[in-house]
Amino acid sequence: MMKAPLPPGAVCYNLGHISRIPRGEGRTYRLRDRLVAVFRSRSEELFATQADCPHRGGPLADGIIGDGTVICPLHAFKFNLRTGTPLGNSCPSLRTYPVRLDADGNILITVDD
Amino acid sequence: MTRKQRLVVIGNGMGGARLVEEIVSRPGGEHYEITVLGAEPYGNYNRILLSGVLAGTYCPEQIFLHPLAWYEQHDVRLCAGQAATRLDWQSHRVQIADGSWEPYDRLVIATGSSPCLPLLLNLVREDGQLIEGAFTFRTLDDCQAILAHSSHARRAAIIGGGLLGLEAASGLVKRGLEVHLIHRAPHLLNLQLDAAGSAVLARLVSEQGVQLHLSKETVAVLGEDRLYGLRFSDGSELACDLCIIATGTRPNTDLARAAGLAVRRGIVIDDDLACSVPDVFALGECAEHRGQTYGLVAPVWEQARILAERLTDSASQKQYTGSAISTRLKVSGLDLTVMGDKEPASSTDEVVTYAEPTRGIYKKLIVREGRLQGAILLGDLPGSMPAARLVQLFLRGDPLPTNRAELLFPCHAGSKQALSVAELPDDAQICNCNGVSKGAILAAVRAGKRSLQALCEATRAATGCGSCKSQVQELLVLACEGEVAEDPAVHYYVPAIPLTKPELVRVIKERKLRSVSAVFQALADGREDPTSKAGLASLLKTIWGKDYQDERDARFINDRVHANIQKDGTFSVVPRIYGGVTTPEQLRRIADVAEKYRVPLVKITGGQRIDLVGVRKEQLPAIWKDLGMPSGHAYTKAFRTCKTCLGSDFCRYGLGDSTALGIKIERRYQGIEMPHKVKLATAGCPRNCSEATTKDLGAVAIEGGRWEIYVGGAAGSRVRKGDLLCTVATHEEVLLYMGRFMQYYRENAKYQERSYDFVERVGIEHLRRVLVEDAEGICERLDREIQAAVDAYVDPWQREAEQPVTPTQFSQALEAVPVPLGASE
Ligand SMILES: Cc1cc2nc3c(=O)[nH]c(=O)nc-3n(C[C@H](O)[C@H](O)[C@H](O)COP(=O)(O)OP(=O)(O)OC[C@H]3O[C@@H](n4cnc5c(N)ncnc54)[C@H](O)[C@@H]3O)c2cc1C
Ligand code: SF4
Ligand code: FES
Repeated sequence: MMKAPLPPGAVCYNLGHISRIPRGEGRTYRLRDRLVAVFRSRSEELFATQADCPHRGGPLADGIIGDGTVICPLHAFKFNLRTGTPLGNSCPSLRTYPVRLDADGNILITVDD
Repeated sequence: MTRKQRLVVIGNGMGGARLVEEIVSRPGGEHYEITVLGAEPYGNYNRILLSGVLAGTYCPEQIFLHPLAWYEQHDVRLCAGQAATRLDWQSHRVQIADGSWEPYDRLVIATGSSPCLPLLLNLVREDGQLIEGAFTFRTLDDCQAILAHSSHARRAAIIGGGLLGLEAASGLVKRGLEVHLIHRAPHLLNLQLDAAGSAVLARLVSEQGVQLHLSKETVAVLGEDRLYGLRFSDGSELACDLCIIATGTRPNTDLARAAGLAVRRGIVIDDDLACSVPDVFALGECAEHRGQTYGLVAPVWEQARILAERLTDSASQKQYTGSAISTRLKVSGLDLTVMGDKEPASSTDEVVTYAEPTRGIYKKLIVREGRLQGAILLGDLPGSMPAARLVQLFLRGDPLPTNRAELLFPCHAGSKQALSVAELPDDAQICNCNGVSKGAILAAVRAGKRSLQALCEATRAATGCGSCKSQVQELLVLACEGEVAEDPAVHYYVPAIPLTKPELVRVIKERKLRSVSAVFQALADGREDPTSKAGLASLLKTIWGKDYQDERDARFINDRVHANIQKDGTFSVVPRIYGGVTTPEQLRRIADVAEKYRVPLVKITGGQRIDLVGVRKEQLPAIWKDLGMPSGHAYTKAFRTCKTCLGSDFCRYGLGDSTALGIKIERRYQGIEMPHKVKLATAGCPRNCSEATTKDLGAVAIEGGRWEIYVGGAAGSRVRKGDLLCTVATHEEVLLYMGRFMQYYRENAKYQERSYDFVERVGIEHLRRVLVEDAEGICERLDREIQAAVDAYVDPWQREAEQPVTPTQFSQALEAVPVPLGASE
């Protein structure tokens, strides 16, 4: 099968095996000088967003997730994980990044550099 | 097809945003392409509730009326954070801060007003900013800045004794600051109150803990980079480390004035809300209509309603003829409504007064030609005419009963006049901010809005200052004919599952649901509502003890890593020091750890513990291993600490051994999960050095070798003296009753309901009957269950310091490797 080529300027990173993120939790990853938060839902969906909460920089990967939503651990602002849209607050949307698993269960994320 | 009309609104405050909302919801609104220029970098929020944010009754995110997404949904272009800088009405365009020009067909100016700064020496720095420590109070940013500063401030001075100053003062008192209110005039609220009313108010405000300085003119701020006090015209000074300026507002008219529009105090508008040049309108606090500017939201919203109708319906003849206004002070425990004149204008005006200053009651009515011309209604007096009814008489100018006594005391005067909301006529206005009548509210209930939230959303009632909420609630109950068919959700234990706590507990036990995900599967169609997870985890742990199936993702981060998250994402470590009694050896170990891991801050906490602050996640296991002390649970909803005083061993007043008791209590109940944190203290005599009567649970030794047990005390954002549960003779009995109370609280309190709210809700008499007299025959069971919880307790660090639950449990950030192009699969 043909692989979809990456858009120009985009870089793909391997975040290691999925088992590094326990089900239902998130972890922060460092991609060169950028931090991203990657979440693995209980239903095995993956999401990736910017790591810092736009409100006051809370570590989103430490938030509770569920139903496609993350709650920031600092002041409980909520965001849609799929689209990054703020829920019930007026922060800017989160940046989101495409993520998927490769055949060996490694997490691949694409960011524009 | 005709091109859409470009409508530009300058100002995204309470007036501007309401106008837009009214326009998009009306037929005819679709003819406009709307652009809103807002100087503040947000969607639209309820400015009035900033007082509540300051007091801690609302969090900032709760006061938003329209988030940014609302604008997108309604095709309104919002330029948030973009002030309009210039108006060129001849060519129909406005310039924005970034230099670009925005053309319009119609323009609405709703720029509101700004705080008026008094001329005080040193208040304004050379760069035009206020000196550090001094604040105005108008915007969300102001409010956030005050809150950030107040967390390390001790003594606040508020300059200005008007509505805003009073609300700010009361808010900061609730935040635990020492608050001084400085007012130039001899009377508080001198614009709204007469001298006698002011005097009563002053007493009530002082009783709430605000220190008043009347007839005091501030002349200078002390401090160069940072404020440390104020100086007054009489030469005296007041030390303070926070100051709020609340000395009035000034309409924002610069833009209009520079463009050549007619401006007096405000931007002059006529009855069509039109300015002096074509196609430009103004509304809100920036506008002046018939010589009058307004500083309250009701007239602003009335103007918005009328202008929206005019702009969307070309046939409309609606005009704005001015507003009569009434105000309520939003300070809890202080009921004040004022309207119209405060003094008679001539000898033919009648004045009806009733005053009981010691009870904080003052009522004064001004009657002119048989109609209500003004009123001051201070204090809640059962049996008196509800303020809402008087406001209605005032706003509509209805003729008054000739027996004036009926105006204040309808039932005593023997009349059948309306007494409660139930008896108000249908056209009585309930929500003064939005002008919503009783009839409109009842109609909405009949149309199916049977919950408080739905009702408020549909009618807009109670969405302004919120003070009419209890009346709306009463009407709802009334209209549902006593069957309170409203807001069941407030009784749910967690939002996602429509069951109260007892119902939920029963179902969980019956169906043997032992994990959070099992509960979601069984009771919420598998939808994992994140806001419900932590509450469910706490409940399941309480129900199942050792048999609880722990799922880490349902825990708040603090409980995943057993430490308290700080604002920068680091954590704090509090080793357990039973009863606050330590040893040189322990101290040495803590000191070594603090040095070895370069802990940024070592702090003695209010609960007599040592807090190592600023620790990175990955340092946590090693630190705990080196400490070798049990976890202090300073991070979780559980038994926290038991503070002790010296007690009979050393203190010369000591009547009981409070230290030994405290240590026993803490050893027994450490770390047990509760609906919220639980803090305890024991005191060796009624001098109460450890503040045991304001703890969730406290024991105080009294003469005769006995112990008083207090429950439901608080000394945080709320201060409440605990209620005496019982008096017992021995340490063992103290342990017994405390454990019994804890178990009852665990079983019956809502998630995140502090003990003091719980005790108030169920009542101390009830608790005495159940827990002391055993009226329900459950004491033995409660004692057994809390014992089981004690037995099930394991220190989280004992295991996890050596062996993390998952390999990445304590990773702050994981590394990634770039994948070469094309090799991604
Ligand atoms: C703490 C507090 C408590 C209050 N409590 C009450 C109360 O209990 N009851 C009551 O009735 N009223 C109360 N008020 C008053 C009420 O909030 C105001 O009457 C109301 O907000 C006025 O609405 P407005 O739209 O005219 O002005 P605002 O709400 O101030 O909105 C004006 C907006 O325009 C923006 N703006 C200004 N210049 C420009 C520009 N050049 N370009 C773009 N945008 C601009 C401003 O940033 C602001 O966001 C309270 C006010 C405060 C501050
Ligand atoms: S509370 Fe009484 S016993 Fe305890 S330290 Fe104070 S004075 Fe001494
Ligand atoms: S930092 Fe995320 S909610 Fe405040």
